[in-house]
Amino acid sequence: MEFETVIGLEVHVQLNTNTKIFSSSKTTFGSDPNKHIDPVTLGLPGALPVLNKEVINKAISLGLATNCKIKEHNFFARKHYFYPDLPKGYQISQFEDPICLAGNIDIELEDGTRKNIGITRIHMEEDAGKNIHDQRNNASLVDLNRAGVPLLEVVSEPDLRNTEEVTAYLKSIRRIVRFINVSDGNMDQGSLRCDANVSIRPVGQKEFGTRCEIKNLNSFKFIEKAIHYEVDRQKKIILAGGTITQETRLFNSETLTTHSMRGKEESADYRYFADPDLPPLHIDKEWVERMRKVLPPLPQDIENKLVADFKLSEYDAKVLTAEKDISDFFAETNSACKNPKAACNWITSELFGFLNKNAVSLEDSPIKPKELAELILLIDNDEISGKMAKKIFEQMLTTEKTPLEIKEEKGFKLIKDPAEINVFIDKVFEANTENVQKYLDGNENIFKFFVGQVLKETAGNAKPEIVNECILEKFKKLKKA
Amino acid sequence: MTLHTKKLKELKELISKNEINSTELTKHFLDRIEKYSDINAFNHIDQEQTLEQTKNFIKDKKLSGIPVAIKDLVLTKGMKTTACSKILENFIPPYNATAMTNIYNEGGINLGKTNMDEFAMGSSTEYSHFGKTKNPWDLERVPGGSSGGSAAAVAARVATVAIGSDTGGSIRQPASFCGVVGIKPTYGRISRYGVVAYASSLDQLGVFGSSVEDTAYFLEVLSGKDAKDSTSVNKEVPNFSEIIKQGDIKGLRVGVPKEYFIDGLDLEVKESVQNALKKLESLGAEIVEISLPHTEYALATYYIIAPAEASSNLSRYDGIKYGYRAKDTKNLEDLYSRSRSEAFGDEVKRRIIIGSFVLSSGYYDAYYIKAQKVRSLIAKDFTDAFKDKCDVIACPTSPTTAFKAGQKTNDPMTMYLNDVFTIPLNLAGLPGLSVPCGFDSKGLPIGIQILGNAWDEGTILKTAYQLEQSLNLDLTPNLIKG
Repeated sequence: MEFETVIGLEVHVQLNTNTKIFSSSKTTFGSDPNKHIDPVTLGLPGALPVLNKEVINKAISLGLATNCKIKEHNFFARKHYFYPDLPKGYQISQFEDPICLAGNIDIELEDGTRKNIGITRIHMEEDAGKNIHDQRNNASLVDLNRAGVPLLEVVSEPDLRNTEEVTAYLKSIRRIVRFINVSDGNMDQGSLRCDANVSIRPVGQKEFGTRCEIKNLNSFKFIEKAIHYEVDRQKKIILAGGTITQETRLFNSETLTTHSMRGKEESADYRYFADPDLPPLHIDKEWVERMRKVLPPLPQDIENKLVADFKLSEYDAKVLTAEKDISDFFAETNSACKNPKAACNWITSELFGFLNKNAVSLEDSPIKPKELAELILLIDNDEISGKMAKKIFEQMLTTEKTPLEIKEEKGFKLIKDPAEINVFIDKVFEANTENVQKYLDGNENIFKFFVGQVLKETAGNAKPEIVNECILEKFKKLKKA
Repeated sequence: MTLHTKKLKELKELISKNEINSTELTKHFLDRIEKYSDINAFNHIDQEQTLEQTKNFIKDKKLSGIPVAIKDLVLTKGMKTTACSKILENFIPPYNATAMTNIYNEGGINLGKTNMDEFAMGSSTEYSHFGKTKNPWDLERVPGGSSGGSAAAVAARVATVAIGSDTGGSIRQPASFCGVVGIKPTYGRISRYGVVAYASSLDQLGVFGSSVEDTAYFLEVLSGKDAKDSTSVNKEVPNFSEIIKQGDIKGLRVGVPKEYFIDGLDLEVKESVQNALKKLESLGAEIVEISLPHTEYALATYYIIAPAEASSNLSRYDGIKYGYRAKDTKNLEDLYSRSRSEAFGDEVKRRIIIGSFVLSSGYYDAYYIKAQKVRSLIAKDFTDAFKDKCDVIACPTSPTTAFKAGQKTNDPMTMYLNDVFTIPLNLAGLPGLSVPCGFDSKGLPIGIQILGNAWDEGTILKTAYQLEQSLNLDLTPNLIKG
């Protein structure tokens, strides 16, 4: 029997607001434990949540970026369970009425085909803290820095059919949240986390199979492994005549397997109800429109613009919009030098070559967009040759000096004066009388040879276009003579 | 000098004229607390801290140098706040409630923490981890609750004014039992930030005083929008203590809801309230019979919504971060279960269980959602009445006068019924007060409740002031006479 896999994802996007969703503590990652706490975060008696408006703004932005409807009447609900990393004994979340509904995004697969994936809902909630088990002292320690950090949970429709689509979808979500400045989208820091609902059904069957929810998926690699394992497990059960039980399963990143956490019957009763500490939140049309106006351009739109307006290849456009920082780097460089092709080439070949080879991130790049643009302008203004530019570029990687400073220091100067160039041409012609004759006899293919020779003589310091013209002029004269 | 019978404004005058200093005044009250310690109005006193405050307070403000009593669910930085529960027995808050900050900003002194039913769940102040509070009018009897400590403190004049909280009548009923004035303002008038939560949508701080004027004056200090409480409301705070003395109540329409004069209402209470209504009439008010048709459902509605919210609010007391933790627990589950079992009292457990039940899936719609719908009908009763029938509503505060200690602790239902006249107001979020209107044949005080429209505390305080002046009752318990 042939099976089709059906997957829906719940992606938790940690927002990059300065402060927490319901208090003024910082959201900074990687601080000493329990550094960013306050009465609200600690769940002290009498502490009350006050909603951070930035969270709403970011939720609306992501909703707009994923073509969702933004709900006008919103309220927060309390979701109850006991766990040491949940100081109040309940998580403030949204239950029946998520802020964003019924959206969709396009994903692109490796072969270039596109597919539209439905977004069921996006809702706001607070993150929990972290429990750390201390083996030596046989104790559990609680760090509440993360407690109260704002999250958006993005729930997809069960529209994904394989791990390639899952990866493409996740990457697409990551790219969007980064481009619209909603989250840093770093999976390794937990700012993008994911649960997968996985089921299988015989090919051709319309009804969905029974699904299992897999939790604890925190890298692209693990998501893939977990889904492969889960699909295999379900196939085996069905082929052996068994049935799948709806349950929550936990992925073990050591064994790369999933195991049952709890079944449907024992599923927790969260006793949701509207949080009486937070008044209902009304988002009027004006608010949504205000956010629509300031929504940064979406990566797909930038990608299209690079091809249509800047005449870059689709491949280059994709490379330049793969990450927000690359796109910004390109935009900044190009806005300073107004030469998109050159900017693209320098970034994607020279700069990336260096960064990859030395494992340096673009953020830490020794060359900034302004300097790269300056270098490109030196070429475009006939100040230096391409060859000189490469030498300057290499210097720029290791010094603080500007392209202009390096050029002056090295004494680089593009030879543009025909009289100066003619001296080199004469020298080449004298050394290659046979070839000169061949050209005069009609072998025009040999022209390139002269250009090459002359440039070689100038050590690459002459402007090729002028060299071209001068050689042509020289031949004209010879023909006349 | 009989400092304890002076009004707040008189005390303020004495201090500003340097006729007495704050330390002397505060010591006077601390001594009185000691003298009447049988009443057990306070569950926590820290003389050292309190007297320290008398040396360093903000001058020339509304409460400069004057000590006030604080119900033990208002967080006081550096001074124990327990909600009279074993689970917070040794909890010292690292921050002040906004109400407390407001008091300090007006130069007030924290006299000490008053006894209450655990987590404000009760009507007699018998459910306190620190022992019950006694009624100064009759030590055999309860002071009412849950703010019984605050009411008793003011009644025995061991404090001039006190903070209380009112979720279903916890200020008005003890005010009535103790012969003092107590007001619960409009929901959102006083910040709940830093107040141990019982039922968030019903909880509201309020105040007790031995006179309407003091009550009004103290209310001014506590009121106002607080950015830390999203449910507090940005409304101008009038000078209540001035308003009450302006003009008369001629033409004021006093609505008397027929649903509040029911079987179970003590005849002496009924008679006293009716006399007070006649008094209001003689002062020029117009008495009109009104109907609040959904009153009979209020108690049932309250006992779904309040426990539901309580079960949620009390989840944070888990033995992990602060408060009581059971010893020698086997695992996390055991730690939660035993810490909470060992440290919550029976009434608290009862409400957590009820609350968890009505919120659980499968029952949520039938109980919680239904209760919310009834709640809006009850609120609408009041809106309708205030729209065109009356300006204030008057009715008994409690069906009875103070009952004997131990009389109702074994029967939760009869205890709950004691709040039948106070609960509807909380469900509607409106302001109400209780002001003494007479005594029963045992000499126990009786209170009349005056309820008002949202943000109209001024009118109910003024009505109460006129009644108080006209009745001119002697509200000094025998215990403290002579």
